[in-house]
Amino acid sequence: MDALIEKLKGQIIEQLNLAEVKPEEIKPDSPLFGEGLGLDSIDALELIVLLEKHYGIKIQDPKDGKTIFQSLRTMAEYIKSQGKS
Amino acid sequence: MKEIISYAHIKHNQVSVNGEVVFQSNSSLTLIEFLSEAYKNLGASYPKFHKMDAQCKLGFLCAEFALKGTNFLTENNLSKTAIVLSNCASSLETDRVHQHSIDDKSNYFPSPAVFVYTLPNITIGELAIKHKITGENAFFVSEQLDADLLVNYTETLFQGNTKAAIVGWVEVDGANFEAFIFLTENTENINKSSIFKPLNKTSVITIYNQTIWTH
Amino acid sequence: MIFTSYNNIISPLGFSTQENYQAVSNSQVGVKKVKLPFSQDEFCVAKISDDKIQGHLSQIKNADTHTKLEQLSILSIQDVLNQSGINPKDSRTLLIYSTTKGNIDVLSFDSAQDDRYKGIDPKRVYLPVFAKHLQSYFQLAHTPIVLSNACISGILAIIIAKRFIEQGTYDNVLVCGGDILSEFTISGFKSFNALSNEPSKPFDGNRVGINLGEAVSTILITNKKELATPYNTQIISGASANDANHISGPSRTGDGLFQCLTQILDKNTNDIGFISAHGTATPFNDEMESIAFDRAGLNTIPVNSFKGYYGHTLGAAGVLETVLSLESMKYQRLIKSEGFETKGFSGNITMIESHQDKSFTSFIKTASGFGGCNAAALFKKI
Repeated sequence: MDALIEKLKGQIIEQLNLAEVKPEEIKPDSPLFGEGLGLDSIDALELIVLLEKHYGIKIQDPKDGKTIFQSLRTMAEYIKSQGKS
Repeated sequence: MKEIISYAHIKHNQVSVNGEVVFQSNSSLTLIEFLSEAYKNLGASYPKFHKMDAQCKLGFLCAEFALKGTNFLTENNLSKTAIVLSNCASSLETDRVHQHSIDDKSNYFPSPAVFVYTLPNITIGELAIKHKITGENAFFVSEQLDADLLVNYTETLFQGNTKAAIVGWVEVDGANFEAFIFLTENTENINKSSIFKPLNKTSVITIYNQTIWTH
Repeated sequence: MIFTSYNNIISPLGFSTQENYQAVSNSQVGVKKVKLPFSQDEFCVAKISDDKIQGHLSQIKNADTHTKLEQLSILSIQDVLNQSGINPKDSRTLLIYSTTKGNIDVLSFDSAQDDRYKGIDPKRVYLPVFAKHLQSYFQLAHTPIVLSNACISGILAIIIAKRFIEQGTYDNVLVCGGDILSEFTISGFKSFNALSNEPSKPFDGNRVGINLGEAVSTILITNKKELATPYNTQIISGASANDANHISGPSRTGDGLFQCLTQILDKNTNDIGFISAHGTATPFNDEMESIAFDRAGLNTIPVNSFKGYYGHTLGAAGVLETVLSLESMKYQRLIKSEGFETKGFSGNITMIESHQDKSFTSFIKTASGFGGCNAAALFKKI
């Protein structure tokens, strides 16, 4: 799980162009949206693309993104639950 | 008095402000590398910058350089400040990225963060967001800098509610890029600064050709 | 005074303004599920049938040397020239072209299997080259001005036409707005999760997103009283404003649109028949509009969106919807906001739930788009 979380950090920084964010600044359990990284609605859609591109996971209902993208850990757990890690 | 109060020009990996080169980087740098160097030179911290496409970054930086050291944003009512930009390639540079992402059906990943930049006026939106400017907007697409069009249109805005405007050209097309932005105000004040010029076609052409590029 | 004059609409619902107005007043919807050449999936879009276009090509000189958008634009502009009798070569006449993507289909030129585009210069994807192509076709005195300001382009182009005429720079401005369906825009809006798989439902509680559509619409804006005959209607005022909030999402409080409305509303105009809203049928857009109209005190003015009939025609939308609104005022009839059934917004506004006769002398057209832009204009009978 930890390895997956580390991998996700790099992928998120790259996909979302978070040039001024260092991987260690993204904590596994901190919220991805709202305060902190300053992510917005386009980033949420971009995370859906990330899951499809890197993990072959298609999120059918973008509303599910809200729970999946709560934190790095929830994202990693979701990927595991899909058997795609 | 309708006057041009400040201007910036970015070309050949150099930035000029009011006709003087104020920043230059190695001419071998790519556009993206150059933009990143120019951003560091400004000393600004604006994380959204890194999310922008090249055209928005270029327009953003050119506007920052034109604004630096002026009271344009504090002295003008931002709801009466217009942004009028133009270029030749519209958003083609980013259009090509989006097109590339859908050309191959087996590697088909259109990106919303790319697609949103496939409209040229997003550059206006980024400037508006950064500086909370809520006045008139227009993005014109012309073969080259059309001083007549930009001056005439800004004049029509000054006939209405508009009191100030950010006007110019922001172009990225492959390896070619150029930005030229001037700030203009319709004010009662009689300004004595040497760089102030009346808003007309001749002034715009003069300041556009003023910079002596070092390479 | 600046007048609205002769015009044309080319859309799935017809090749003239009259055909289009007849169609919407008979509740015909141009949006349907179709297969498109680039995908196995069906898309719910408003597509102009290739056969219909084919049937009009004989009216165009060297038809096969033009792209689809050029063909449709030529037909639309020619119709307005014929009706109005104005001389396109006159130095007091200008063409403003409103588009978001122009000949974007040419961008896939290298990989395209479309034979029709053989012999078309790939440079025509550049909007100024496209504009010069139209200039040479009609031998226009001036190179057309191209405006590309997302979804407000059409109505903003009309406002800009008014401003240039008032300035004394031109007497007649042809405003043509056009965009075609392309894999480019469809895939992009799909990645935004903004497309509806069913005919869209602007302002409805069950709306899920937009339908894309294609259309070209042209209107002559003029200071010549003798050309005002089609509607005897003038453009009173127009404004644009930016939300300065987000590049893709509208202001939750409708700030930019509200700012436009406060600028265009005229104390002497108290007989506003209706508002032709942007009404894309995305959850955020329609909600934002309801709040802006409410804030501007327009609660009792009936509102419609034409996007239930035409989908979102991007650069054409503002022109097309202005023309339909002018027709609506000419016939003193409000057109139902197609797709609306149950209230799906928080602002206190009044929707047009069925076609109905009404006596009125003015209307408002609004639009909002990516980049945080908004625009509104007020039209009034002389």
